[in-house]
Amino acid sequence: MPFGSLAKPAVLCAVFLSCLSSAYAADPIKIGAIFGVTGPAAYLGAPEDRTARMVVDGINRSGGILGRQVQLIIKDSGASPEKAISFAKQLIEEDEVVAIIGPTTSGESMAIKDVCQKAGVPLVSCASAEAIVDPVAKYVFKVPQKDNYIVEWLYGTMNKLGISRIGVIASNTGFGNGGKAQLEKYASKYGISIAISEVYDSNATDLTALLAKVNAAGVQAVVNWSIEPAQSIVAKNMRQLKMSARLFQSHGFANIKYVQAAGEAAEGIIFPCGRLIVADELPDSNPQKKLLAKYNADYKALYNEEASTFGGHAYDALAILKAAIESAKSTEPDRIVHAIEGLKDFPGTAGTFNFSTTDHNGLLMDSIVMVTVKRGKFTLYRGD
Amino acid sequence: MPLELVLQYFLSGLIYGCIYAAVAIGFNIIYNATAIINFAQGEFAMLGGMIASTLAGILPLWLAVAAAVALTSISGVAVERVFLRRVARSGVLNTIVATIGLSMLIREAALLAWGESVRTLPFFSGTEVSSVYFLGAHFSPQVYWVAGATALIMAGLTAFFKFTLMGKAMRGCSANRDGASLCGIDPDRMVTIAFGISAGIGALAGCVVAPLTQTHYAIGAELAIKGFTVAAFGGLGNSFAAVLAGLALGMLESFSTVVVPEAYKDVVTLCVLLALLFAKPTGLLGSRAAATLKEY
Repeated sequence: MPFGSLAKPAVLCAVFLSCLSSAYAADPIKIGAIFGVTGPAAYLGAPEDRTARMVVDGINRSGGILGRQVQLIIKDSGASPEKAISFAKQLIEEDEVVAIIGPTTSGESMAIKDVCQKAGVPLVSCASAEAIVDPVAKYVFKVPQKDNYIVEWLYGTMNKLGISRIGVIASNTGFGNGGKAQLEKYASKYGISIAISEVYDSNATDLTALLAKVNAAGVQAVVNWSIEPAQSIVAKNMRQLKMSARLFQSHGFANIKYVQAAGEAAEGIIFPCGRLIVADELPDSNPQKKLLAKYNADYKALYNEEASTFGGHAYDALAILKAAIESAKSTEPDRIVHAIEGLKDFPGTAGTFNFSTTDHNGLLMDSIVMVTVKRGKFTLYRGD
Repeated sequence: MPLELVLQYFLSGLIYGCIYAAVAIGFNIIYNATAIINFAQGEFAMLGGMIASTLAGILPLWLAVAAAVALTSISGVAVERVFLRRVARSGVLNTIVATIGLSMLIREAALLAWGESVRTLPFFSGTEVSSVYFLGAHFSPQVYWVAGATALIMAGLTAFFKFTLMGKAMRGCSANRDGASLCGIDPDRMVTIAFGISAGIGALAGCVVAPLTQTHYAIGAELAIKGFTVAAFGGLGNSFAAVLAGLALGMLESFSTVVVPEAYKDVVTLCVLLALLFAKPTGLLGSRAAATLKEY
């Protein structure tokens, strides 16, 4: 029995908690998930939701974790921080989950950071803002690359291309404003001047007026920072306006559906993101390659659509929890946290994770690659 | 500001204006026939775009659009016959609330049917990257289609209401329901037809803008709010005023980005709308006489 080797305090704990039923070996391990399956972040939340279901089914078919089945309890927050808070409380107090994965967006993650920290329930966030893990909270982790890495990659590429005067447009959301702030913060370090910086409505359906204004400011490149379908509209509108400026996007563009929606206008867009969407171009020696290929194939077989980096975040969150619970041989929160902090060279979809007590993201700059669109497909950007 | 830039803003305003006007006309037709505000109007535009994008894979584009308009028309009729007719007897306000419920129902059904992903239609002429040059400004050739469709809708409706027996009967119903039924017109049938036409117009608008704006299951609510704003701005019930108000609002939104961030353009338009409604509660071209005809 997997519980045979448990330490004395945990046994005592198990006996004490037995009336709550969660300590029986045969009982499932409950993991909560908060995703914006519908609403404005559905393009992220829905693939996360599908991935999480797929991964948990896979874990359960191959015997579960520590011999126990995993019960995934998914809540659809609609990307609302208020709902995320009430779902987090519900998952912790009523469902008594072992850990929570998600939420999808940075705003929601910041909203429940304190809730999970106070309750002592591990949270593995699927959102990108650096603030989620800086300052570090003992029980809070995140799996996507930090947004400042994305900015530094963008600026580094611009330096190589001789671009120094840019326009920044961002959707008026937590993600957009966060990215805009990082772009403004790092601009001078790379000798980039931001000639114009604007926010647009996240539901925007036509941005020709805004882009005409950006164009009039005389910029060499436009950086668009959003997760919404507006990413495709910006691409189309720029071509319709015959703008000569080059279009860069954030990692929010890493969804092939946006390329399809933009059609020909997507050609040549450059953006930084994880390796998932260019997995087949990686050398066989890359530690992520096998895992990425398998995830892409499994996801496509099950849901008949291309995997996106966002679904990958849910995959990473679950994989990290599984590894941590197995190495801790326990579902006790402090031991899970300790085990996550001990994970080294752990390959995931977003990169190779190296967690520590001071780094609850575990990813470095090298987890990012520059990607471009060629003939309607994502491909590694290797310069012009 | 250079002339080219002014023209560029003008063209953007024209696109916004045409979209809003088409949705607002749909509001007006139903308002005239029933005195209710149909908040599911935006959902018709969504359905049009979504159905056309699905059919475009197997049919030629024009046939896909025609089929989408026809199918959405039928769903408009179905919505009225199945749901709203039963509620209508209990009063105008209840019916309006019922349309809000219906809009949620249609939206959720669309989410189940098509998923959350964004869809688009091929450009009617040219591609995503085609651009027309005009006096220093550039725009997509799809703008011709959007403006053309709006003009066609206006002309078609004017002819329908002025020259056809059915159009005249609908106007009769709207002016005096009891009088019209004494003349042998079936008001219930007129309401059903109004829903059919209104849904069809919404669907056509949804199709012509889809290549530019893209479409997904949740665009309806936003369109309904804008369309209603425009209908109220012009004066409820007056379709000509809706086009004028739509263009005015479109221009306002487009030119407001010169001074205000794009994210806050709705604030600008809503402030103007409120100011106008304080000064002239019946809207730009609405009249008190027209407003009192409705049994509010």
